[in-house]
Amino acid sequence: MIKSCPLFNSYKPTVTLKGRKILARFIGVFVFLIAGLLSFSLCEANDFESAIKDLGNKSRSKIKMAVKRLGNMGDLKALPALEALKNKRLRISEGGAIIILNEVGDQGRDVQNGNAVDLSSLTLRKPKINNSVRRVLTMAIGKLRLTSDSSEVRLEAARNLLKRPSSGLVELIEKALDKESDDEVREIFMLVLAKERLNSDDKNMRLQSLKTIYEFGDNDFISAIEALLDKNDAGEYLESDPEIRDSAAKAISKIENRQFFINQAANLFYGLSLGSILLLAALGLAITFGLMGVINMAHGEMLMLGAYSTFIVQNLFKEFLPSFFDWYLIVSIPIAFIVSASIGVLLERSIIRHLYGRPLETLLATWGISLILIQSVRLIFGAQNVAVANPSFLSGGIEVFHGVVLPFNRIAILIFVVFVVVSVWTLLQKTSLGLQVRAVTQNREMASCMGISTHKIDMYTFGLGSGVAGLGGLALSQIGNVGPELGQLYIVDSFMVVVTGGVGKIAGTVAGALGLGILNKFMEPVAGAVLGKIIVLVLIIVLIQKRPQGLFAPKGRMVDN
Amino acid sequence: MIKKITILHSYKGWLFIFFLMAIATVLLPFLNIFLPEDSVLHIPDYMFALMGKYLCYALVALAIDLIWGYTGILSLGHGVFFSMGGYAMGMYLMRSVGKEGVYKSDLPDFMVFLDWKELPWYWYGFDYFAFTLLVILILPGLFAFTFGYFAFKSRIKGVYFAIITQAMTYALMLLFFRNETGFGGNNGLTDFKRILGYSLQEPSTKMGLYIITAVVLFLSYLLSRYIVQSKLGRVLTAIRDAESRVMFSGYNTIHYKLFIWTLSAFLCGIAGALYVPQVGIINPSEMQPSNSIEMAIWVAVGGRGTLSGALVGAGLVNGAKSWFTVTAPDYWLYFLGALFIVVTLYFQKGFVGIFSHFNSKGKVREST
Repeated sequence: MIKSCPLFNSYKPTVTLKGRKILARFIGVFVFLIAGLLSFSLCEANDFESAIKDLGNKSRSKIKMAVKRLGNMGDLKALPALEALKNKRLRISEGGAIIILNEVGDQGRDVQNGNAVDLSSLTLRKPKINNSVRRVLTMAIGKLRLTSDSSEVRLEAARNLLKRPSSGLVELIEKALDKESDDEVREIFMLVLAKERLNSDDKNMRLQSLKTIYEFGDNDFISAIEALLDKNDAGEYLESDPEIRDSAAKAISKIENRQFFINQAANLFYGLSLGSILLLAALGLAITFGLMGVINMAHGEMLMLGAYSTFIVQNLFKEFLPSFFDWYLIVSIPIAFIVSASIGVLLERSIIRHLYGRPLETLLATWGISLILIQSVRLIFGAQNVAVANPSFLSGGIEVFHGVVLPFNRIAILIFVVFVVVSVWTLLQKTSLGLQVRAVTQNREMASCMGISTHKIDMYTFGLGSGVAGLGGLALSQIGNVGPELGQLYIVDSFMVVVTGGVGKIAGTVAGALGLGILNKFMEPVAGAVLGKIIVLVLIIVLIQKRPQGLFAPKGRMVDN
Repeated sequence: MIKKITILHSYKGWLFIFFLMAIATVLLPFLNIFLPEDSVLHIPDYMFALMGKYLCYALVALAIDLIWGYTGILSLGHGVFFSMGGYAMGMYLMRSVGKEGVYKSDLPDFMVFLDWKELPWYWYGFDYFAFTLLVILILPGLFAFTFGYFAFKSRIKGVYFAIITQAMTYALMLLFFRNETGFGGNNGLTDFKRILGYSLQEPSTKMGLYIITAVVLFLSYLLSRYIVQSKLGRVLTAIRDAESRVMFSGYNTIHYKLFIWTLSAFLCGIAGALYVPQVGIINPSEMQPSNSIEMAIWVAVGGRGTLSGALVGAGLVNGAKSWFTVTAPDYWLYFLGALFIVVTLYFQKGFVGIFSHFNSKGKVREST
């Protein structure tokens, strides 16, 4: 009978609109009847089925009982239904069938038999649950997940257990620990047990717990262990056993030690990540400023244009190729480059080339360009930030240590930066175009005498610098907001990087960007984000006093003008 | 001495200046007070606050012209000196609010809001106008002197100097944005009540401030004129045109640059201090790098290296800004951006340059 439903559905396209309505109603009645029959026939079924059915009960206490029973049974089949209940995706039809909606909410599936149901024909009711049910629910889901086949699910479940009291589960965890083969999961199980047993009556058990914490514990344990070292008002230890106090103190120092290194490693990573972003923002500037001596205040807007190009490509993919959505980022790479580069070339041809040799004027004119670009983008796309979604392969991250997550998008940017820097370096050092660029940089007249078309080279170089900025904008769109003022945020920093690193050397820019990024991130925990940034700026000003040409200054003396 | 001053301008020049001063400080107030409100020639009260603001900007432009137009050092951090003067004045005005703030406390409102119990030490003294005046006159100059000393000593110049001054204003802006710094954070200092006992709401106070600003601008103009026409001024122009040659000729250019840089900051600080009571607010956004760049464009539009150009430029750009932000706010940035480009590309001598170009066709050009 149920199989006939799809058959009916397949007739749908051929019937008229009016007929379709009647048909839908017909199917509705059908499904209702089936659901009714099913629920009737399953009344006498086994415990599991009745517990599942109870999830749709109108009484909260019944639901709670059902959830508890399902949790204790340890049957993984109950997991989807419980999770749906938790995520508010569970529905009950009038006939009492339990239905799980998909994430969008346009398709449904019957829990008991696993068949798809036609939602349009059913009147659905949401189960009423409150916080007390939710608590039981979380526990039950946790229990079920502990016995899951997938080690990832078990790991997550175990981690969740660490976060909240799990006294009722000690036996279950012990059992799970015996069966567990995955080291990482075992470690966390042991920690959960250690946390539970820390204040038990058995001294050995407590020492054992402290030892586990000593080996694997993290910051979350510190307050619990510090409680063991507390004194009362009279100055006596609350904990009478010196042996326990001793090993508690050891555990604390060990954890703090380990945490220190983890924090430093995390700082290093985030510093490198910030540095890589600065590098992408500043590399184009290093080319235009360093190689050509052009102060391009509109450089930040080239970043912005790159980011908006990514936004447009993303929207086109969303519109026309939703199934290949993840590819939009790859496609954006050349597009962001070309958009920014061509606008850069346009500016160079129309405005900047008239200003060569007058750096201060260039600065003002390019500032004017940047105002116009910002305002244009604001009028076209609105003043609000637009959303650029990460493709699925860049969302999420890996947790290297507990509490230290390295997001994939930042890792990808690190790799991307290496790619860009190597490409630019190769282009400048290994190709004949690069040779010409360097020749023009070193001595414009001489290069011109040797038959190099310096105008053309200027154009290419400026285009390259702008294009690289466009790539920077693409990277920025993956980690932050994209708005008309995006470029303004980075322009001061980019100049700082170029000035610190020294003009005219890619290596200087790389060192400047990574150095500033890392310095910034190490200052942050000490001085706070804003103050840290201020200190870094002051340090740069001081550094320029000492080394006016930057860290990687060209050798030799020269007199300007 | 008097002779030294009188030779600053030709006879006609002096006549013109006094004519302008008379209009600004006598005729306009007269039109405001003695003409009925419905008269065509009546100057409304709000105009004086607006004109006072423009005069402050003109003073800033004058200061920037000295350092950029005459000495060739582009500063993108003059907003800092402007804000220093402004904040010092703002602190005095905050203190003179007394217990009339929203919270009826002796402390400024924002401190009560942040739950501060006592005045930070650096607010001491701002109860007194004399002390405030001293700070306004000394602090921006002192800060500029220190900064300039190290910068010029390491021979930072040109674009590098522009960029580190930009970093300076950016860093200070971040600092002032913090509530912990004790200058009102984001909102800055505002809700002033009176200055030296005169209510700031009164039209007469506003007019008084406007006249004071006009006189200060006049005196600053004379001082600048005196400097640029002196031998010192010649050296400054020489530094702008070929610093190395000036050095080779035996001049220690650091001293000259440091002097004019400090003077420029000093004038800028005074402009800030006059600006705050007339506008009624000072906040960290005055230190945005974009503000300082905009100041440079006032000078460029009017004409670099001519003092009158700086004054005219400040008036023109800000007048245009007021007009655009009312009638076509969306296109103000287009206009400003185009101004930056067109002026640097085609009108390097600015507005005054065009004017004197046409002027010189008719008769022999007056030497300026």
